[in-house]
Amino acid sequence: MDSYDKELEQKVPDFEEKQDTHSKEISNLNISSAAYSTQIRGWKQTVGIIAVAIFVIGLWELLVRVLNVPDFILPPPSKIIVALVTSFPNIYQHLLFTLAELVSGYLIGAAVGLIMAAVLTQMPFIEKIITPYILILVTTPTIALVPLLMLYWGFGIGPRIFAVALATGPMVMINATTGFRRTDLAKIALAKSYGASTFQIFYKIRFPLALPMINVGLLVGGIFGLITAVGSDMVGGKIGLGNRISYYASLARMSNFFAIILLVALIGISIWIIMTIVGNKTTNWSE
Amino acid sequence: MVKDIIVENVSKTYDSDRGPVEAVKNFSMEVEKGDFVAIVGPSGCGKTTLLWGLTGLHPFTSGKAIILDKIVDKPRQSVGIVFQQANLLPWRNLIQNIYFPLEIMGKNIKEYKSKIQDLIKSVGLDGFENHHPRELSGGMQQRASIIRALSFDPQILLMDEPFGALDAYTRDEMDTLILELWEKTQKTIVFVTHRIEEAVYLANKVYVMTARPGTNSAIFNIDLPRPRPEGITMEMRYFNIVAEIKRKIVEDVEKQKKEGKYKSQAYSTIT
Repeated sequence: MDSYDKELEQKVPDFEEKQDTHSKEISNLNISSAAYSTQIRGWKQTVGIIAVAIFVIGLWELLVRVLNVPDFILPPPSKIIVALVTSFPNIYQHLLFTLAELVSGYLIGAAVGLIMAAVLTQMPFIEKIITPYILILVTTPTIALVPLLMLYWGFGIGPRIFAVALATGPMVMINATTGFRRTDLAKIALAKSYGASTFQIFYKIRFPLALPMINVGLLVGGIFGLITAVGSDMVGGKIGLGNRISYYASLARMSNFFAIILLVALIGISIWIIMTIVGNKTTNWSE
Repeated sequence: MVKDIIVENVSKTYDSDRGPVEAVKNFSMEVEKGDFVAIVGPSGCGKTTLLWGLTGLHPFTSGKAIILDKIVDKPRQSVGIVFQQANLLPWRNLIQNIYFPLEIMGKNIKEYKSKIQDLIKSVGLDGFENHHPRELSGGMQQRASIIRALSFDPQILLMDEPFGALDAYTRDEMDTLILELWEKTQKTIVFVTHRIEEAVYLANKVYVMTARPGTNSAIFNIDLPRPRPEGITMEMRYFNIVAEIKRKIVEDVEKQKKEGKYKSQAYSTIT
C-alpha cells in the first residue's frame, strides 16, 4: 500500500523544504495560480479596483447614450439593472433551478474526485493507468455530452447534475492528486518514527499537505461546474439561467439578457469568494 | 552497567543508479544506560545511515542492532529522534507539534502535560506555545523538535546532526542546552555530528568512523570533567582531544587514499 515505504527504506530524506516542486504539472491551471495571487491587500488596491469599475460602467453608460446605441444591440448598465429588478420574480425560479443543479452536481463531483484522488495516489500503478482517462475527462468539455444525456434521461435536472459532476470531479481529482503526491518524506519519516499507521499518516500528514492543492481543485471545479450548469440549461428544457440566456437572446431583449449574465457572473464571483475564504481559513499556515 | 544499545557488525548497502553503494560496513558499538555517545567521521561516511538504521525506519542489510534488549526491526516508543531539520508540521502550532507523537501513539496528553511544560520552560520556549513554526527562528524550531522527541519520555534519544542547519552562535547555545537537558533527564543519547569540537564537548565517548564504507576507526573516551566547566572549549586539554581525533580522521583518509579506496564526496549521495 505505502508507495513511500520502499523509498523510505532506501534513502534518508533530504530535509530541504519542498516548495511547490510539483507546480509545473498540468493540473495546475493558470486559473488556480491566479486565484491565489489576486488576494486584495490594502485600501489603495481596493479603491483602485472600485475606481476602474466605476470608470468602465460610467463610460459604457455615457457612450451608449451619447451615440444613441439601440437597446437590442447594447443596453446601458442602468437599463440592465432595471430589467434585473423588474423581471426578478420571473427569473427567480430559473436561478434556484440552476443553483440546485450546480450545488448538487458540485458536491457529488467534488466528493467522488477527492476520494478517487486519495485512494489512487496510494496505488501508483493503477493511478498511472487511469490518469490518461481522467485527462480526457478534464480536457473534453463535458457540456458536449449533455445532448446525449438529455436523450437518455429527458430534460429534467438529473442529466444536468450528472454533467456538472462530470465537469467538477476530474478537476478536483487532478488537483487533489497533485496535492497528495506532494509527499514530504521527512514528515512521513517523522510520523513513522512514532509508529503511525497508514491512515494516521494520511489524515495527519498527507491530507494537510495536500490541502492547498485541494482548495485549488475545489475552486477551479466550481467554476467549471458553473460553466457546465449554464451550458446544460441552454441545450434543452425550458428552465434554468442558461435557458433564459438563449430565450432573451432570441427575442433580442438585451437588457434582460445582460441581467441574466450579471446573475451568472455573481454566482461565479461568489464561488471565488467562498473558496478563497475556505482556503485562507484552512491553509493559513502556508506561504 | 546496563547496555541500552548494542550494535553488532551492522552493514547497509543502498541501491543507486550507479549500482549498489556500501554506506556502512561492519560497524559495532555499545552504549550504556544514561551515556552520551557521539559519532563523528568524514562527510559521506554513513553516520546518518547508521543512526537511521537504529531508528528502525531504515533497516540494516546485515548485522544486529539491539535497543533495550529488543532487536531493532521497527520504530519503538522507547526511542526519540531529532532530525537534521526541525521538521515541524507547519499547520500545527508549537504545542500541537510537541503533542504530535503522543497523538500518534494514542497516549493521554494530560498525563504528560506538566512534564512537557517543564521541558518547554527549560529551553525557554514558554510563551510561544501558540506560535506557528514560520513565526519561530531556526533555533527555536529545533528546540521545539527536541522537546517533541522527549514528549513521550523515551529512554533513548537519537540525534542526527541536529544543529547542522543552525548558525555558529546558536549551535553553541544549543550544545549547552542539550547538556543541561541530558543532565536533567538522564536519557541515553547517541549524537551524530561532523563537528569534532561539538562531539568532544558533549559526549563521554566518541566513535570515529572511516570514510565510506563507514566502519569503526577508533573510540575516544573523553576525559573532561562533568558538568563541563565554563570555558572548557578554550582550554588546552580540550583542544588536545579535538586535535587527536582530527589527526586520526586525517590518517584514515590518507590511508584509504593510498589504498585507492577513498571515494571523494563528489560521489556521495548519502551522508
